[in-house]
Amino acid sequence: MIEFHLDSRSGVAPYLQLIQQVRQALRLGLLREGDQLPTVKDVSGSLAINPNTVLKAYRELEYEGLAAAKPGVGTFVTKTLSDESIAAHQQLAEDLMIWYRKARAAGLDSESIDAIFQRTTRSALQEEAV
Amino acid sequence: MTWLAWRQFRAQSIAATATLGALAIVLAATGPHLASLYSSAGLTDCHANCGALAGAFIGQVQHGYSEKVYYLGIALMCLTPAVIGIFWGAPLIAREFEEGTHRLAWNQSVTRTRWAVVKLGLVGLAAIATAGLLSLMVNWWARPIDKAIGYGNSSSPAEFSRITPVIFDGRGVAPLGYAAFAFALGVTAGVVLRRTIPAMAVTLVVFAAVQVFVPTVIRPNIFTPDRLTVPITATTTGLDFRGTRAGLTVVGDYSKPGAWILSDQTITPAGHAFAMPHPPQACLGTGSLQSCFSWLASRHLRQLVTYQPASRFWPLQWTEMAIYLVLAAGLGVICLWQVRRRQVVS
Amino acid sequence: MTAVIDARGLGKKYRRRWALSDCTLSIPAGRVAGLVGPNGAGKTTLISLATGMLAPTTGTVTVLGEQPASSPAQLAKVGYVAQDTPTYASLSVEDHLRFGAHLNPGWDARLARKRVEQLALDPTKKAGKLSGGQRAQLALTLAIAKRPELLILDEPIASLDPLARREFLQILMESTAEHELSVVMSSHLVADLERVCDYLIVLVDSRVRVDGDVDSLLASHHLLTGPRRDTATLPASQQLITESHTDRQSTFLVRSTEPILDPAWSVAGVDLEDLVLAYMSGASARSQVRQPASAAAQVNR
Repeated sequence: MIEFHLDSRSGVAPYLQLIQQVRQALRLGLLREGDQLPTVKDVSGSLAINPNTVLKAYRELEYEGLAAAKPGVGTFVTKTLSDESIAAHQQLAEDLMIWYRKARAAGLDSESIDAIFQRTTRSALQEEAV
Repeated sequence: MTWLAWRQFRAQSIAATATLGALAIVLAATGPHLASLYSSAGLTDCHANCGALAGAFIGQVQHGYSEKVYYLGIALMCLTPAVIGIFWGAPLIAREFEEGTHRLAWNQSVTRTRWAVVKLGLVGLAAIATAGLLSLMVNWWARPIDKAIGYGNSSSPAEFSRITPVIFDGRGVAPLGYAAFAFALGVTAGVVLRRTIPAMAVTLVVFAAVQVFVPTVIRPNIFTPDRLTVPITATTTGLDFRGTRAGLTVVGDYSKPGAWILSDQTITPAGHAFAMPHPPQACLGTGSLQSCFSWLASRHLRQLVTYQPASRFWPLQWTEMAIYLVLAAGLGVICLWQVRRRQVVS
Repeated sequence: MTAVIDARGLGKKYRRRWALSDCTLSIPAGRVAGLVGPNGAGKTTLISLATGMLAPTTGTVTVLGEQPASSPAQLAKVGYVAQDTPTYASLSVEDHLRFGAHLNPGWDARLARKRVEQLALDPTKKAGKLSGGQRAQLALTLAIAKRPELLILDEPIASLDPLARREFLQILMESTAEHELSVVMSSHLVADLERVCDYLIVLVDSRVRVDGDVDSLLASHHLLTGPRRDTATLPASQQLITESHTDRQSTFLVRSTEPILDPAWSVAGVDLEDLVLAYMSGASARSQVRQPASAAAQVNR
């Protein structure tokens, strides 16, 4: 069973943080197929957040096919992410490493690199949204 | 709801029980002695010369500790309704407003009306029961003295007969009415003022005022007073050195044992109040007392007495209790009305 | 979904002053609604009207479809924790549970006992001797153990230390999840409510300034920054909440359900605290604008 935590200053909506933490746990192998996610009651009681927030996160995970709710029992993981995602995108990771080295060679410090990365990601998202 | 009303009243009920218990011990310890004094004075089944025997008995009482217990009884009877009003009545609802617990109580699954009715009812009945028990105990103990005073004679002060104001308040059933009224007064003050201490003060002042007003203005006129006219003759005259400006006043000789004398005036034939001429030549100086009396008799004066006879004791008691109970009920209705109003939060 | 609290033109006047004016609200069921506003804004008045402590001067209010405090059955459906979480100082914790059991037919004694154990409260201790946080928890336990449908809390954590506050909210959220409660909670601090509320009502100066789903409110409010402009040039679909200007730049907080397309603006979102503060400061001249009912129903739950 995993435990959630919330960063109230990250600017990311709580339900998104929960989803991210589940995905992260799946990737790292802390959660496997068939494991039960903590109950809505337990999560809202330990984090002091609205139960609807937890429900929203779990519904989103269901929609993405990562979990499924069994009425009266709980919500269970339906898919393992660990091996697939990292291995399948090994090539992308290598490409990114090349780009990073180029940026360092050009004299950029990590903050500038980060700024470029954020800006590019955002404009890409904007393009997708349109 | 009954449980809650009782639980909140618990401390006060313990105090009341302790006080009644202590009093019971004192009265039980001294009662038999008083009763034996009474019977050894020959007053049980007395047929003749009872007045004088009673006088002797009273004299004995005044020389012992019984007199102190007698006064203790009077004090307790007078104070108890006031104490009930101040300590049981005033805080009953005022304290809830002060501490905000009414907002807890009024959200439980009971209506405000039921909440108030049970609180008022339970503690009100306890108040009446306490006053009743107290009255029973004190009356039982003081019976010998009351009866002796009832025989009446010149040495027993008529002021202490049980129909006279202060003693009346501590006898019979009237104290039940006083307790109910004082309690209802306290609760109403608390509901209206919403603060305990001011409510206590108001209750004390108003109750005291009522307890002075009723015996002075209302009680004498509940039943039309009896009248007695005593002509002043040479033999029926008495002189009393009361502290008036004339120095001397005339007192007609009459006897109404155990009665409550409302007024006692010497009247001239014309119907005016008689004032002793100053200085009263005929009654001072070298003249004898007999010549003074003859002179007074020649004036054809009359003594006009209005009074309530001793036989009116129980009718007055029941009537007064009824009046106070009706007042208490009226105040109870006002309390309920105020509690149900939804205008002020606290 | 039915509304837990439905107010129409609700108003309350004390002598000369209107403590609450023209309040029209419909709080849906199944939410944790936060009632926010500065002190004296009318939050306690609104709550008092909803719990039957006060009668309205104008307008109507129904709670769970009935008049507030109209019958024992209606009272059983609403749990109320008043300001300063009142408890009987001379009664013990155990006595309080008996109090609840005697006065509520729907009392769940097992739940009450479980909570008291969970809170590690000494049953024989008098409530007057408990800490502020423990008293608040006791009051909350009394409200929850009668198994209501709706919980109304008036600034329950205002005077508690941070740890006590967190513990109170934890228990509150756990109970809300477990018993499927609707909650209406007032506070003058927004930070308390951010994690917990999914419905927001902002009350300033006796009037409701904004009310709605937190998610849709956040999605529909935008902070626009750009070159200096006059307010009148804003399109009609954008409701102005606050504005500020320097000699070159204008910043507007607007409410709009349509996307902002004007390229001159740089558009950002606001967080809940900023949104509430904006309404509180820009409140005086603005009147409440209703969010269309259909849009509110589409969002989330």
